[in-house]
Amino acid sequence: MTALQVEQLSHRFGGLLALSDVNLTVAPGERLAIIGPNGAGKTTLFNIVTGIFRPSAGRIRLFGRDVTRLPTHRRAHLGLARTFQITTLFPRLTVLDSVLLAVQGLDPARFTLHRPRRTYGHLLERAESLLADWGLADRCHQVTGRLSYGEQRQVELILALAGAPKVLLLDEPTAGLSPAETAAVAEMIRRFSRDTTILLIEHDMDVALDLVDRVAVLFQGRVLTEGNKDEIRRDPEVAAIYLGTDDA
Amino acid sequence: MKTRVVLWTVAALAILLVLPAVLSSYQLSLLTKMLIFGIFAMSLDLLLGYAGLPSLGHAAYFGVAAYTVGLLALRVANNFWVDFPAGLLMAACVSALFGLFALRTRGSYFLMITLALGQVLWGIAFGWRSLTGGDDGLPSVPRPQLPLPWALTEGVPFYYFVLAFFALASGVLWVIVSSPFGRALVGIRESERRMEVLGYDVWRYKYLAFILAGLFAGLAGNLFVYFNGFVSPSYLNIVFSASALLMVILGGAGTLVGPALGAAVIVFLENLISAYMERWVLVLGVIYVLVTLFAPGGLVGLVRQRLGSSGT
Repeated sequence: MTALQVEQLSHRFGGLLALSDVNLTVAPGERLAIIGPNGAGKTTLFNIVTGIFRPSAGRIRLFGRDVTRLPTHRRAHLGLARTFQITTLFPRLTVLDSVLLAVQGLDPARFTLHRPRRTYGHLLERAESLLADWGLADRCHQVTGRLSYGEQRQVELILALAGAPKVLLLDEPTAGLSPAETAAVAEMIRRFSRDTTILLIEHDMDVALDLVDRVAVLFQGRVLTEGNKDEIRRDPEVAAIYLGTDDA
Repeated sequence: MKTRVVLWTVAALAILLVLPAVLSSYQLSLLTKMLIFGIFAMSLDLLLGYAGLPSLGHAAYFGVAAYTVGLLALRVANNFWVDFPAGLLMAACVSALFGLFALRTRGSYFLMITLALGQVLWGIAFGWRSLTGGDDGLPSVPRPQLPLPWALTEGVPFYYFVLAFFALASGVLWVIVSSPFGRALVGIRESERRMEVLGYDVWRYKYLAFILAGLFAGLAGNLFVYFNGFVSPSYLNIVFSASALLMVILGGAGTLVGPALGAAVIVFLENLISAYMERWVLVLGVIYVLVTLFAPGGLVGLVRQRLGSSGT
């Protein structure tokens, strides 16, 4: 049984072939980094896996089930969660309110409208325990938009964890963070349950290789190579891409 | 905080209950109108303030309900138990239909399509003279006869009749906006994409909110046609929709008390100013500019700023 299977996936934006015949297989509990230069198609791949885009060709399977045509919210109920490269939190809501929305999203109570939410004790308990677990309990009544960028990233990770996802896609969780903030976020990811399958897009090679078991290199919409960390570190082609095109 | 809200609610209700004792019959009818438009503004706020959907055609549901009740009372029978639910049902059905089209769009396109759909109804009311009386509207719609000791044709009993619906509507809307459903609407207003990824069927939430908003607008339309005894196409057109938006923005979108206050202020000003000049719409425009420039959070926002508290 595989957690996530991407089969012969292609995606076009007009005349541009963003992804071309991408195949990936991720085992349950595995942590896979997807690296590659800007424009390689990494975020497009995430958008297709989560159902934000429909692929031009190919299939997505989640635990063997074909989800290619399933809308985003249905995939969430199958245990798929993600974070975004550009932070799209709820800027005007408090941290607690935001986490409550995340907790409520997979709860049967999410569609009731005849009872105030505060009467659902289990939602509040879960939200508060998440915030306590990840060290943001003292921020719970602050407005999310006023937190530091690093804390916003942490809130975003908590939102993704709220539903105890089986497969978690992290799109550059440390982009734009200071070294100290990067370390905090990386530490958080390291602490995630080993049962959670993680796909990580990461620009910073050191951070990426530190967090994962295996790496797939995406280049110009294709999987250039795949392998364990050491193989990727030694791969001359990967080095060429990173030295040649990455200016970071 | 919570006890303060309860105290304010009880105080407001107590004041509204005793006001008929001190108001002239003219002032009381103005207050009745404020309550009706308060329901209308709160219904629009469910869309604008909570779900983040700026509808510029909200008069449609108000007008459809008013015309339905008016036509049934005049042409079929003045039976409250049939006419009133029929008005609500028509408003809900029209919003269910319009929602299918409008919710395919976002932002300013949503604004335009709700405006266009609303104007279609205005066009029908204006053009179909044999049914709607065209520009002349439907005159002398009778008030309902209910098995109550007081006749609703009198100002005071009718005021309490409207107040009961106002209290009911506010209560129900309050439960809705604080329910998991209502909180999800706020999440959708803030970030639709994020809500989808968190497992929310965003379209279903928006569609249900759209129908509920239409239903409560219909309630206001029902009450208004009984209050006014008359309905004309002007209650279906863009100016009326826009003034409802202004009530919400002036009072404070995303709260329930704000739009009710905004409605009261607009009704009061309209009454005051149109006695002196013809250009009421111009004044509306000036108010809109002033509010967006100096009080983007509306009246409620100003009060909150004073008290130094923040919230959503």
